[in-house]
Amino acid sequence: MPSLKDVKLQIAGVGKTKQITKAMGMVASSKLRGAQGRIERFRPYAEKFGSMLGDLAARTEGAAHPLLLAHDRPQNVVILLVTSDRGLCGAFNVNLISTALRLAKAKEAEGMSVRFVCVGRKGRDAVRKTSHEVLESFTDVMGSFSYTLAMQLGTLVSRLYTDHGADEVYLVYSEFASMTRQVATALPLLPVSAAPAQGGPAEGEYVYEPEAGALLAELLPRYVNVQVYRGLLDTSASENAARMAAMDNATRNCDELIATLTLLYNKTRQASITNDLMDIVGGANALQSQ
Amino acid sequence: MEALRLEIVTPDKVVLEADVDYVGAPGVDGEFGVLPGHIPLLAALSIGELYYRQGAETRWAFVAGGFAEVSGNRVSILAEAAELSSDIDVGRAKQARERAQGRLQAGPGKADVDLARASAALKRAVARIHVASR
Repeated sequence: MPSLKDVKLQIAGVGKTKQITKAMGMVASSKLRGAQGRIERFRPYAEKFGSMLGDLAARTEGAAHPLLLAHDRPQNVVILLVTSDRGLCGAFNVNLISTALRLAKAKEAEGMSVRFVCVGRKGRDAVRKTSHEVLESFTDVMGSFSYTLAMQLGTLVSRLYTDHGADEVYLVYSEFASMTRQVATALPLLPVSAAPAQGGPAEGEYVYEPEAGALLAELLPRYVNVQVYRGLLDTSASENAARMAAMDNATRNCDELIATLTLLYNKTRQASITNDLMDIVGGANALQSQ
Repeated sequence: MEALRLEIVTPDKVVLEADVDYVGAPGVDGEFGVLPGHIPLLAALSIGELYYRQGAETRWAFVAGGFAEVSGNRVSILAEAAELSSDIDVGRAKQARERAQGRLQAGPGKADVDLARASAALKRAVARIHVASR
């Protein structure tokens, strides 16, 4: 049996761990609210943008913009992998990384070379351990990023695509499906597949300024930014939801552990009292029988 | 007279939603104005100032490029950044202007100076300062 002091120390230790996990869970939940708010505020912009692009794409069918055109015999794939900077969020990063690596493997099987652009420390570190080249990485940004980051990333991959440094670009991010469900998703980013507007072009004939082709050329690169930003926002919300769940679990496990240890402590205490009593009684009996 | 519904939307928030009488916007091919009953229009905007009239009052806002969609007395401005004149941080804009001017003067000799980016930054800063002074 362990000594009383040891058990007491262990209980205190687990208690402190519990305080930390609880605090981290609370921080994650408040960050999650922030991230959800940002998704809400971004929605009007993204929706409007999507409908504008769809409308325009429907009218300029067959338009030859470099970001729309698929390259012949694709050779190079770039995967834009978005993960978190910090761990302690369950299987969140592992899911993202394995989704990305699976995609990379599939592309390599088709004879293409795969390179990465990484956002978030976890993804970068994992990709570095593989044979894939990391073209560029952005770390310590997931805590507080602005639209500027999406613009930077969007410009980077668009330029790679138009310079033929990349023939296909994928965005691997975590879709925030619900509080309890985050889905690691690989989204083809480039070439842009503009979905024609739902329900056909809007009522009335539009006047374009400048003409439709030039307008499309302005819209497309920005549409890439919009998609990247959506990926970043979703991943950030997912990260915090995943961390919240992980920390809730950890806190519950701490409670269980404390209960078990307390039982052990009481049993140990009882056993030592019983031992002491037996010693005293035994000693007294020995004296009496003399 | 019918009113126009003007909304200015950026990725981070809806900057403005208001009923106005007239909107003047900085199109890439020059400024254009929108009155109620305008034909449907889709236009690209350049970095510059946007203004709108409510009765006798004229208000100004800064837009960092983007798009304007006019349809059925609704004007939607989609901008990557936009601020109302009262929300502009003039101090920051002035700093940005100096930084951009410095970069442009350092010139094309240095490889790490991205001239296109610096001149866009300068344009944004100048437009912000201008709007704020309205």
